[in-house]
Amino acid sequence: MRIAIPVEDISVEGKVCPSFGRAPYFYLYDTEDGHTLFLQNSAAESQGGAGIKAAQLLVDNQVAVVLAPRCGENSAKVLHSANMHIYKTVSSGVSENLALFAQGKLALLDKFHAGFLGHAE
Amino acid sequence: MRNNDLTIAVLSGKGGTGKTLVSVNLAALLPDSTYIDCDVEEPDGHLFFKPVFGTSVPVMVKTPQVDENRCTGCHACVDFCKFNALALIGSTLMVFNEICHSCGGCVLVCPRKALSEKERMVGFVREGISRGVQVVTGTMNIGESSGVPIIEAELRIKEKNINNLTFIDCPPGSACLVRKSIQEADYCLLVAEPTVFGAHNLAMVYALVSSLHKRFSLVLNKCLGGEENPSEVFAIEHQIPIVGRIPFDSELGLLNSEAKVVVWESEKYRQLFSSILTTVLREAHHEATGNS
Repeated sequence: MRIAIPVEDISVEGKVCPSFGRAPYFYLYDTEDGHTLFLQNSAAESQGGAGIKAAQLLVDNQVAVVLAPRCGENSAKVLHSANMHIYKTVSSGVSENLALFAQGKLALLDKFHAGFLGHAE
Repeated sequence: MRNNDLTIAVLSGKGGTGKTLVSVNLAALLPDSTYIDCDVEEPDGHLFFKPVFGTSVPVMVKTPQVDENRCTGCHACVDFCKFNALALIGSTLMVFNEICHSCGGCVLVCPRKALSEKERMVGFVREGISRGVQVVTGTMNIGESSGVPIIEAELRIKEKNINNLTFIDCPPGSACLVRKSIQEADYCLLVAEPTVFGAHNLAMVYALVSSLHKRFSLVLNKCLGGEENPSEVFAIEHQIPIVGRIPFDSELGLLNSEAKVVVWESEKYRQLFSSILTTVLREAHHEATGNS
């Protein structure tokens, strides 16, 4: 099972990114073989619809679980359509959240914010 | 003076500056003018003119739909869409209507011809007459993100008219909707308040009209006698012609708050706006002649 976390830097010591769609990278961790990967988020610089494009990137990379502090409605629609589960991170530490998830201590994210599109004029 | 077929867009960097006051009252001075309210998110010019509207004309946009039997999940449409309005899970295409710009590109790039377009209503346009003034107003449906198609529909109505003076009441700000509203205008009239914030917003619309190579002048609204006006300072520094000064006046404010057309209510205000109109038209025609 592949887990994805939006992150600020290419480092396991780095921080979880508060934005899902505009995170610079996604940290991917495969629970079966322990394989890890930093995926550059091609959606980060999008003018609009970044969440949708970022979610598509995770769909295309066969991710099953997303750990994130928050997530927009549009991203959630795409992730949920691909049967992904989104859990809410509780701190900014990448490995800490992975450990808590493994122990079943992270709750499902159940609130999704409206997009920011058109609100930044 | 020749008024034939001149379109003047009235704009300001923020709401509440006096765009509607200026555009409604300038249009109301002439019996055969046109007033177009392009503030489609919150149109209010019709509250002043109170025209009897004809039938509402729906504004439609096209968005893609997929035939899942034909889609092979190749991603070509998703990769093409620069607005990220599409997502593909297996062969299920998700279309985010509020992000789609109706460019039709996805339909063209689909190698299996699995996409087609369907129409969706995003708002409506109404037309009416008020004391000889043609009033056009557009309204965007709640929940939509872009009023551009509605503004385009309003401006198409304008294209059918010839030989009249038209005022476009723009949306606030200096973003896409304003740009669309002034795109075809012959002349721009900026409206600004006498505050530091007002001058900042004036600077933004000044940058917009300059970048589009529009000819323009400025009306100073809510002028306080004897106090420094930061918008006037900005205008002088940037050599923007000032074509009128509307005083900060409780009588004017009261009439306006009662949705009255002030030039129809009071000789004093008729003279004030007539003088602004004369100066604007002189500026517009003078510069037009100078450029030709």
